[in-house]
Amino acid sequence: MEILVCVKRVPDTSENEIEVGSDGQDIDRDDLVYSVNEWDNYAVEEAIQIVDKVGGKVTVVTVGDDESEEVLRREMAMGANEGILLSDDAFESSDGKGIAAILKAAVEKGSYDLIMTGAQADAGAGQVGGMLAAMLDQPYASLVNSIEVIDDKKLKVGREIEGGNQEMNEIQMPCVLSIQTGINEPRYVGIRGIRKVASVDIPVLGASDLGIDSGSVGNAGASVKVQDYFVPVFGDGAEMLEGSTEEIIDKLIELLKAQGGLK
Amino acid sequence: MTQIFAYITHNGGAADDTALELAAAAKKIDAGAAVTAVIAGSGSDLDAVCNEMAASYSEVWKIDNEAMAYPNAEIIRKALVSILPADGIVLLPHDTFGMDLGPGLSIKLDAAFVADVVDLEGVEGSTLKLVRQEFAGQVSTHVTCDISAGAVLNIRPGVSQPDESKSAGGQVVDKSGDAGDLSVVRKFLEIVEAEVGDVDITKSEVLVSVGRGIEDEDNIEIAQELAEAMGADLSCSRPIVDAKWLEKSRQVGTSGQTVKPKVYMAMGISGSFQHLGGIKGSPFMVAVNKNAKAPIYQVADVGIVADILEFIPELTEKIKDL
Repeated sequence: MEILVCVKRVPDTSENEIEVGSDGQDIDRDDLVYSVNEWDNYAVEEAIQIVDKVGGKVTVVTVGDDESEEVLRREMAMGANEGILLSDDAFESSDGKGIAAILKAAVEKGSYDLIMTGAQADAGAGQVGGMLAAMLDQPYASLVNSIEVIDDKKLKVGREIEGGNQEMNEIQMPCVLSIQTGINEPRYVGIRGIRKVASVDIPVLGASDLGIDSGSVGNAGASVKVQDYFVPVFGDGAEMLEGSTEEIIDKLIELLKAQGGLK
Repeated sequence: MTQIFAYITHNGGAADDTALELAAAAKKIDAGAAVTAVIAGSGSDLDAVCNEMAASYSEVWKIDNEAMAYPNAEIIRKALVSILPADGIVLLPHDTFGMDLGPGLSIKLDAAFVADVVDLEGVEGSTLKLVRQEFAGQVSTHVTCDISAGAVLNIRPGVSQPDESKSAGGQVVDKSGDAGDLSVVRKFLEIVEAEVGDVDITKSEVLVSVGRGIEDEDNIEIAQELAEAMGADLSCSRPIVDAKWLEKSRQVGTSGQTVKPKVYMAMGISGSFQHLGGIKGSPFMVAVNKNAKAPIYQVADVGIVADILEFIPELTEKIKDL
């Protein structure tokens, strides 16, 4: 089975506090630690496990700048066979539809039975997989938390739905799936693994290589644009307990007693 | 003004809570708009929902087809593409169904798409201004959307005050005949119900809930000890279940359990909307987190900036000594 997994390099929220930058035009990107989007890691692991079972090849692809190459190498160190970097100044500030259009052009240069994306990334939209599927006229299932290969034409996929329930579907390939965290346990990647793939050639494709009209993607082609960033305000905000740990704990115990939190 | 459509999800003959939230969201786009509800399904359940919604929407478009007895997003997308006019604004709930439907629908309608909208700030010319969040709610953004070719907007459940006026006096229009070819290559098989765990956290009065801040499986024990000292049950956020440190039945959130405790101790939980969506009944919420900017502090009653790995054992000791 030929599997393509779409990945993204994002600021790692477990390593950084994300704050609004001083001009409000972006988050503060000084000293941010980046890594591969958490959901994508599960998608790559799932792809590797499928190929281990039924044979085939896993290709990872990303839309990004030169630095995005590191996440491709990381996923190749996990076990993905090939990487493709889609990079062009014209791709900058693309909206979801722009990213999906760039990926579509890359998909059409290959022949894939299964395309996977993470269920969402840093912007929390969860949109690229569904858009890509519709552009390719392929069936789509989102929030997938189990995949079983039935035969070379069909998969049985579970979707995570409300209340911890799972919606089972049979889906024909080629298809696009967005992968939810928890579907598997992504393997650990050590420094040695990364070194092994350090010199593997990763092709870089730009707008002209992909036959993309520059005006249709990037900021020029975007119908959805982020105008500014700000600190969200919801509710009244918590009363922050301050002082020594002992003082805080005494106050907290008092409050918990009053609220029926201690039995 | 652009025509606005609200897609109504339903179950067992009753509209989802989001049905009236979408009516309210539509009014934020255009206060005077006549909003059309679009409801797909089958049989008497569908009729019941259509009649219910006629009170809140000036027109209800009914799409009745046996193929839509279960809401398979691929089938519903095909019906909507056949039935909806070009250039309209379509509102969907940003839940597991809306996430399945919205992105692809926007492509097929050749319309713009905005996911997980938390607020709408009106239209100027052909530009709609919206509010979204990024990084699991750590920052918010103002977003503009060009609606000249129409738009599909996924609205976050629970953020719009539902429009309860029920004064629309609308009528039901049967659009079933316009649904077109509904054949798809993704077939719904069945729902596998969540496994029942050893503790039913939906009944717990006090919950000690742990998140990513617990850092390691071995540390779950200190949270368990706090729960025991408080006479509480132990629950968790999604990353803990993803890591298989606790059973799925202990997960609080839209994809886990919906809990209604009196007291909720959010320990090392940043507070994504999916997690908060699983907490009902306004409990007294205590949030302890290393990150002073964690979104959980916006909704908690009491906040403490601390490393839970140090704070929890001290709290446990003090409670044991009472």
